[in-house]
Amino acid sequence: MSAASQGMIQGDVQSRIDKWVARYPSDQPQSAVMAALRIVQEANGGQLTTALMDEVADYLGMTPIAVYEVATFYSMYEHQPVGRHKLCVCTNISCMLRGSDELLDYMKQKLDVEVGQVTADGKFSIKTVECLGACGGAPMMMLGKDYYENLDEKRVDEILDGLE
Amino acid sequence: MLPLNECCYRLNHLDTPWDIETYIENGGYQIWKQVLAGELSPQEIIDEIKTSNIRGRGGAGFPTGLKWSFMNRAAPGPKYILCNSDEGEPGTFKDRDILRYNPHQLVEGMMIAGYTIGATAGYNYIRGEFWEPYKRFHNAIEQAREAGLLGENILGSGYDFELHAHLGAGAYICGEETALIESLEGKKGQPRFKPPFPASYGAWGKPTTVNNTETLASIPVILAKGGEWFRDLGVENAGGTKCYAVSGHVEKPGNFEVRMGTPFKDLLEAAGGIWKGRELKAVIPGGASTAVLPGEKALAMNMDYDSIAKSGSFLGAGSVIIMDDHTDMVKACERLSWFYHEESCGQCTPCREGTGWMYRVIHRIRQGKGRPEDIELLRNVGGKIMGKVICGLGDAAATPVSSFLEHFEHEFRHYIDHGCSIFDRQ
Ligand SMILES: Cc1cc2nc3c(=O)[nH]c(=O)nc-3n(C[C@H](O)[C@H](O)[C@H](O)COP(=O)(O)O)c2cc1C
Ligand code: SF4
Ligand code: FES
Repeated sequence: MSAASQGMIQGDVQSRIDKWVARYPSDQPQSAVMAALRIVQEANGGQLTTALMDEVADYLGMTPIAVYEVATFYSMYEHQPVGRHKLCVCTNISCMLRGSDELLDYMKQKLDVEVGQVTADGKFSIKTVECLGACGGAPMMMLGKDYYENLDEKRVDEILDGLE
Repeated sequence: MLPLNECCYRLNHLDTPWDIETYIENGGYQIWKQVLAGELSPQEIIDEIKTSNIRGRGGAGFPTGLKWSFMNRAAPGPKYILCNSDEGEPGTFKDRDILRYNPHQLVEGMMIAGYTIGATAGYNYIRGEFWEPYKRFHNAIEQAREAGLLGENILGSGYDFELHAHLGAGAYICGEETALIESLEGKKGQPRFKPPFPASYGAWGKPTTVNNTETLASIPVILAKGGEWFRDLGVENAGGTKCYAVSGHVEKPGNFEVRMGTPFKDLLEAAGGIWKGRELKAVIPGGASTAVLPGEKALAMNMDYDSIAKSGSFLGAGSVIIMDDHTDMVKACERLSWFYHEESCGQCTPCREGTGWMYRVIHRIRQGKGRPEDIELLRNVGGKIMGKVICGLGDAAATPVSSFLEHFEHEFRHYIDHGCSIFDRQ
């Protein structure tokens, strides 16, 4: 919480992180690290950087390595560029049984992009994910913070064509 | 008619079941008020929960009343009740609907549980992707706080209790209770070696009880209607209702809260039967970590612990994955192996290396490059993980492979002998 840190953690970002810190025992600010990483990642266009992780470490009184460990362990943190819209397509068993592989192929073709890559205009990236706990709506994907379920090609067209 | 939605999903049919007014109109927070008024002692609560015969809904089926009795209520210092809403087992989506449609019942259940074990605070660990469910739960906490049901000196009782949500960030292993605790502490989610158990050394080193979302959300209804009522809904070895998440090749996938012991075929019928008029081939009855069963065995079983165990599998989290007769079982097995390989936390060598090895062998079989000895190799690797690792993920990874081989070995052999699936013509 040094006054010198003139980076991402100030203003709204800072107050959001502080609210998370307040949820945990007063001597355990580290418990807010997952929330802090999510918040700075969002504020940085969906991607973490070493500078951001260091800032989080400094702010929460952690060693940088402890923050890197967390930031690389969990799948929702990104260390490579992502599109403005990150399409997280579930390919686990229940989605697979209802056609997620074919749907994924369709999306790759439609957007002309491979899994893990960003479209040339920076608009989209595709990521395959493990079961998102919505198998009753398979096949499904997460886009931003929202789930889109019972997908087929037509529905995917509607969703993707409607995005800015 | 199959009785549906008698406990956790009892408000699902209402317009705004997540609002505190709806919950209170439907009997909500009555038990919590009785508890605060001193009308129900911790011992009475534990006795009632024991009578109800409820077993933990997170997958292991441990009796809840017994678990709560392990906590030393009188011990000084902070203690915690943690709710496990990590819900990452493939095929599982039952807790999501409790969070979305009945968050207050979970809040009340967590407060009652907290009071019973002498907790000073509770945390609900919600998987990071569950933003909408998280919002619903968080709003429920805020509403309960505004109504004076949570916080300091609640309703003048002299009892303080705090409740918060914690959001994960994508890691199946954090559903394992000690990994969950590590993650709550702001670390990598790597399971702890047990003992010590959470009841003596849990979150931030303090005594802690971890229960599943469905377990905790059932508590207010059990206490309102009585342990005997709940017990009698179920079967001898497990009381109550159970939320089954039915997915895969059915006409109407979804969550069905039915009574323990409901015949599998009735559940299948409730889910609209097999889609496209096809035949049932196989069922994974309890989530990806439980053994796959051939359709005929599943059709003869009931949905309770003993009956499913007799059929050769496990009730697990009650996540019923249905596969029709067009399913390539090697492909299904390959996908599950990939999952465990991806999600192994990497601490134990047999799990870290073995899950990758099993995946690579099944993958090469699927590529048409399998060798006759691969079947034995797979069995061997699985056997080297089971029972030799820190947490249940290792065993969970070996189970699909061994059970797919047990019942569908011929499909693996077909790939090895012909380089393609039983559905492909050469
Ligand atoms: C790899 C692994 C993943 C697990 N995932 C979950 C989960 O997502 N939700 C859950 O409630 N329990 C999960 N469990 C079981 C928990 O460790 C724990 O037994 C459970 O939360 C206890 O609650 P209960 O007694 O109410 O069932 C998992 C266990 C293992 C080994
Ligand atoms: S069994 Fe696997 S997931 Fe569990 S602690 Fe060991 S390496 Fe981690
Ligand atoms: S398998 Fe796709 S959401 Fe569960």
